[in-house]
Amino acid sequence: MEAQEILEKARKGCDQAEVIHIRGQSTPVIFEANRLKSIEEREYSEVGLRVLKNDRFGLSSSTRTSDTLGLVERSLASAAYGPISSMEFPSQQIYPEVSVYDANTPAIALEEMISIGERLIEQMRVSWPDVQWDCRVSRSTSNFQIINSRGCSASYDNSSFSISIEGSLVRGEDMLFVQDFETGCRPILNTSSIKSSLDRQLTWAQNLVAAPVGEIPVIFTPMGLAGVMLGPLLAGFNGKAVLQGSSPLVGKLGERLLDPRITIWDDPTLPYVPGSRACDDEGIPSRRLALVHEGIIQNFLYDLQTAGQAGTQSTGSASRAPGTLPSPSFSVVIVQPGMTSMSDIIKDQEQALIVDTVLGAGQGNVLGGDFSANVLLGYHVSHGEVIGRVKDTVITGNSYRALQNIRAIGSDSRWLGGTLSAPTICTGGVTVSSQQ
Amino acid sequence: MQDIIEKALKSHNADYLELRIEETERSTLRYRGRDLEEISQTTGLGGCVRAAVNGGWGFVSFNDLSQLQDRVAMAIRQARLVGSTHTNLAEVKPTISISETQFKADPRLTTLQEKKRILDQYLELLWTEPKTQSAVLAYSDSYRKVHYGNNVGTYISSHRSDVNFRAVSIAREGGEVQQAGISMGSLGDFTLMENLYDEVAALPKKALEFLKAPPVKGGEYPVVLDPILAGVFIHEAFGHLSEADHVYENLNLQEIMTLGRRFGGKHLNVVDGAAIPNLRGSYEYDDEGVPATRTDLIREGLLVGRLHSRETAAKMGETPTGNARAINYRFPPIVRMTNTIIEPGEATFDDLISDIKLGVYCGNWYGGMTSMEQFTFSAGEAHMIRNGRIAELVRPVLLSGNVFVTLENLDAIGNDLDINQGGGCGKGGQSPLAVSNGSPHIRLKRCLVGGG
Repeated sequence: MEAQEILEKARKGCDQAEVIHIRGQSTPVIFEANRLKSIEEREYSEVGLRVLKNDRFGLSSSTRTSDTLGLVERSLASAAYGPISSMEFPSQQIYPEVSVYDANTPAIALEEMISIGERLIEQMRVSWPDVQWDCRVSRSTSNFQIINSRGCSASYDNSSFSISIEGSLVRGEDMLFVQDFETGCRPILNTSSIKSSLDRQLTWAQNLVAAPVGEIPVIFTPMGLAGVMLGPLLAGFNGKAVLQGSSPLVGKLGERLLDPRITIWDDPTLPYVPGSRACDDEGIPSRRLALVHEGIIQNFLYDLQTAGQAGTQSTGSASRAPGTLPSPSFSVVIVQPGMTSMSDIIKDQEQALIVDTVLGAGQGNVLGGDFSANVLLGYHVSHGEVIGRVKDTVITGNSYRALQNIRAIGSDSRWLGGTLSAPTICTGGVTVSSQQ
Repeated sequence: MQDIIEKALKSHNADYLELRIEETERSTLRYRGRDLEEISQTTGLGGCVRAAVNGGWGFVSFNDLSQLQDRVAMAIRQARLVGSTHTNLAEVKPTISISETQFKADPRLTTLQEKKRILDQYLELLWTEPKTQSAVLAYSDSYRKVHYGNNVGTYISSHRSDVNFRAVSIAREGGEVQQAGISMGSLGDFTLMENLYDEVAALPKKALEFLKAPPVKGGEYPVVLDPILAGVFIHEAFGHLSEADHVYENLNLQEIMTLGRRFGGKHLNVVDGAAIPNLRGSYEYDDEGVPATRTDLIREGLLVGRLHSRETAAKMGETPTGNARAINYRFPPIVRMTNTIIEPGEATFDDLISDIKLGVYCGNWYGGMTSMEQFTFSAGEAHMIRNGRIAELVRPVLLSGNVFVTLENLDAIGNDLDINQGGGCGKGGQSPLAVSNGSPHIRLKRCLVGGG
């Protein structure tokens, strides 16, 4: 099924048409319980057709290679009562150079991926013989192509390589889970930062201690920050939530709502970051966008439709699967690091809780920035030292309030999954409750 | 299709080999605010091969069906690269089954236009309160025809159909935003959509009430769960722990999950099974050709069973239960729940709350998660219980606990079984999977409640 052929067939029945074609393959090597378990290869190809007819959208997608006519028919049929458009498809665009493909990634042999996983597990077992490890070493490539009837045409290749590992330690009814991961466009051959992260988690978790309770300082590691606070916070920047009035940031552009030390970017132009791309999923060129600058709300994210409704320009933030209409979404979020080292942050605390991973965040009422979560892996800091792991503990707070109450920002930014880079942040305004 | 599959599997050398080919159709309608945000019809065709050699697995998935022989060969090559011991799978009798299931009201027979007409009515009901800020209305139906064959002579052709509906009302006052929602589903029965007027119409008022409601002070309380939330509770708090793939390679976990171990009082009975008919998690055969069953997990408070794939059953020396499921051809089957139910007891609702001085009555749900030992689940609405009576409305709460303690704390079970068919389950990157869970009202002597 050729994109050009579908476009030509579709445009006869509508005013404007757009075809996207996403294809690729991913190959994970999977280890379970310290041993190599399976190798998978997933190859996929899917075409999506979006049409505009009498100012209404029609949409259809298919993975069937021979179904051009059906695709066009279904798309035109749904346009009879589809959503009303506030936009036009873009014409020809000029794109920035954004490198997200490395030919070395697909060239890595399965045998080498196996030995990366085996070596990492072996190293961890030497240090922590009682912990059982599951690990996944994966490489993938994909191609994104978009063309529309107004002359826009773009295509790019992406490669990514990732390692993720989880350790479990079961002692009686006590279970401990530790995890780390790393993702990049290029092969990851050095696993030392994964190992040192796991070592730290396991060292800090060795003793089980009572949790400090009440409204005490909470230190969110990059993983903790991503797992608890960033989701509810970032949801407010989505142009759709702003248009609907469900974002607490409506009417707050230019206002200082967060601590002046907080600066956050969305930047899809960073080279060799898996979430980067030359254009968004509507063919709009990528650009670096400030979301929060020194605590001041700067920009919301828009795709073409929400920008049209809001009377503004697309920020190049459209994201979609072939079978869904686009909606605004983040590409690569960068939370600017601070000046304080993690060890100094810990040293400065009388009583505090470190939050690494959580369970159940994002289930509650996230729209207002609220969060509530069980602390799956967290540690008690007493008199400037980590004294051990806490359990049966729940943290509750509001992302906006917590990020107004910053006590320190770490200099220790790290990547989390190729779409987010964040430092450790120590905040007040979070309530800790625990089963006694 | 049977011929194509048999031909592709012939004359290959593997301990075990299976091929799945799936045809899919899906309709989606979603509204946000007052507007239709999404309307689409998608179709799909794809397949996958899974091979086992010397205990190692290979899995290949694809959309292009033209080179099935090569795909099979590749999966075997991968399995050979992995395998170093021996393949051990529980025996299952070869079966030929061609099912022409008729769904009660096949959603594919209703036009997209008619679906939109029905949803438009519900959208109006979400905009009856002037203070409503926004609304979400999401409907989807997905149909999946699965052709399955393996190298021991099984060929199964089956249909799956799933209907999913969610409505949310969002209210706002100043910087405060609150929402109220419902989530429902059915096994390919479009009549679900025909009479939800009262349920949808109640949402805008509820969201406004949440705005005015105070948060609960965080801490431990006696908690009574309504049947919907209790279903989510048993799914998260215990169901996942009964999936044998978590246990079969971990000797320490096996020790604490020994059959016969006490998990709760004599009144506690928990079952799971796709053979329980007409629910979202119901089917005839799982995705590795094993017939569906109904498995007792807890009987009179004792652990008596767990959920298996062919591999976990063989390794643990137990009987396969037909719980190996894949959300689609892009994934290999893994051990999943189907319909998970706490069987009803004898208590009336009054019995459950009458001797609680200060507690929380929680209902409806946003979601839940587990890490085996620790789990959380969140209520869509909550009231305080004061002196044996339902008292003031409070903000929705997160409940959190430890499975080994919490099931012991489950001290009373109501007589009013109800099934929750909304939402879906996620595991191992495969989400959402159609499941159901059910329970009567239940009481937890103590449970940690996250305050606001």
